[in-house]
Amino acid sequence: MLFGIHWDTSGTTLDFALSILPILLIGLKVTIEATIFGFVLALVLGLVLAILRSSRFRIVSWMAWFVIEFLRDTPLLVQLFFLFYVLPLYGVSLPALVIGIIGLGAQYSAYCAEVYRGGIEAIDRGQWEAAHALDLSRIMTYKDIILPQAIPRVIPALGTYLVAMIKDAPLLSAITVLDMMAASTIIGDQTYNYLVPLSIVGALFFISTLVASFLVHKLDRALPKTGIPMK
Amino acid sequence: MSAHVVFDQVVKRYDDTDILRDFSFAAEKGEKVVLIGASGSGKSTVLRILMTLEQIQDGEVYIDGEPLWHESGKPGKLASEAYLRHMRTKVGMVFQQFNLFPHMTALRNVIEAPIRVLKTPRKEAEERGQELLERVGLSARCDAFPAQLSGGQQQRVAIARALAMRPEIMLFDEPTSALDPEMVGEVQAVIRELAEESDLTMLIATHEMRFARDVADRICFLNKGQILEEGPPEEVLVNPQEERTQLFLRSLLEDSVSN
Repeated sequence: MLFGIHWDTSGTTLDFALSILPILLIGLKVTIEATIFGFVLALVLGLVLAILRSSRFRIVSWMAWFVIEFLRDTPLLVQLFFLFYVLPLYGVSLPALVIGIIGLGAQYSAYCAEVYRGGIEAIDRGQWEAAHALDLSRIMTYKDIILPQAIPRVIPALGTYLVAMIKDAPLLSAITVLDMMAASTIIGDQTYNYLVPLSIVGALFFISTLVASFLVHKLDRALPKTGIPMK
Repeated sequence: MSAHVVFDQVVKRYDDTDILRDFSFAAEKGEKVVLIGASGSGKSTVLRILMTLEQIQDGEVYIDGEPLWHESGKPGKLASEAYLRHMRTKVGMVFQQFNLFPHMTALRNVIEAPIRVLKTPRKEAEERGQELLERVGLSARCDAFPAQLSGGQQQRVAIARALAMRPEIMLFDEPTSALDPEMVGEVQAVIRELAEESDLTMLIATHEMRFARDVADRICFLNKGQILEEGPPEEVLVNPQEERTQLFLRSLLEDSVSN
């Protein structure tokens, strides 16, 4: 029994599968929540990092570079364990899911930062010069001129990382988040049947990433490549 | 110093190449000055320095008698970004490649900076933006995006966009060099009209000698980062004194014949 739902081991394989499906769907909901919040965090934090990285002030740019490299070049599992076991020692105790979201979001913010940076650097220098001649501030130039042109071009690359993040989400089970992965192993441990729950989990992941890819593709098609229109 | 724009012994270098060498120049308020000279003679750099797109290594630039790169009373210290922004509001620029914002309609291109920088209320900015677009002959294309406009139309939008910030000094950096030949005329006509009707100080870098003659109060021939010869168009273009100027004008003539 998990989440108050009993499984049926007396009937056929199909009966068993149907009985554990609702449990795994609850787990899927956790996985999806972690991915959505984690990805939003990665998009926002990544943008901040990308802009700091291209700052005119050397020290700011250097620090952003260091943070990005650190987040990219250490394993996600180590980061998750670190947040989960070390933060409480300093009086910060958060639910495991929240820590998982922060961990996912932080590591992927570094990937997203590099994607944004590529998009920003691809914008013609003349756009910066025109904005400069019109006396727009740097922040305003990013907001109204550069990002509306850069973001549509990096949607496919960001989408790749969304799919990668969905596939990394099961790591959260390692810090006690009861996601789809954790639910399936609990079922396996108790019924000695790993084949069915893990097969369902695999299928649900496959469907999730397909849906995510499809939505990203739709968004990519919907945005004009010249930039998000402003009237 | 009473002149509107003054370059005093300005030095500009890229790596080891001198672009401007002790460059001195002055333009009176309302004067229309055309800069001519071969590519690499430094005429674009003069405009880009005034627009604070390029820094200088030595000398000083003055606008209304105020130093551009060093705040008054603080010699030796580079001007702060806030000070440069304040000085920049007096200057507008039109680029060779137009540099319109491709994701914005023509009208939005024109009103973006007034709304964001001057904090003009949107409605007021739109009314004035429409007036400006009408002035450059594009009142019917307010809602068009740059990609839907011809090169000549785009450059006219860019002129309206620069005017929207109410500059005192307008810079034109080879405004027709990137245009197909059949569109050169419409852009030159707009600039000529502006030169005749406004009291803007205008600095224009161009290779078009007929246009230069029509629009200029004074023509400056730049050679290797210095003004080699200057004077009214009829003198410099018709009866140049310097051998270099003669050579340059002859090469342009030959180009236009062979084309």
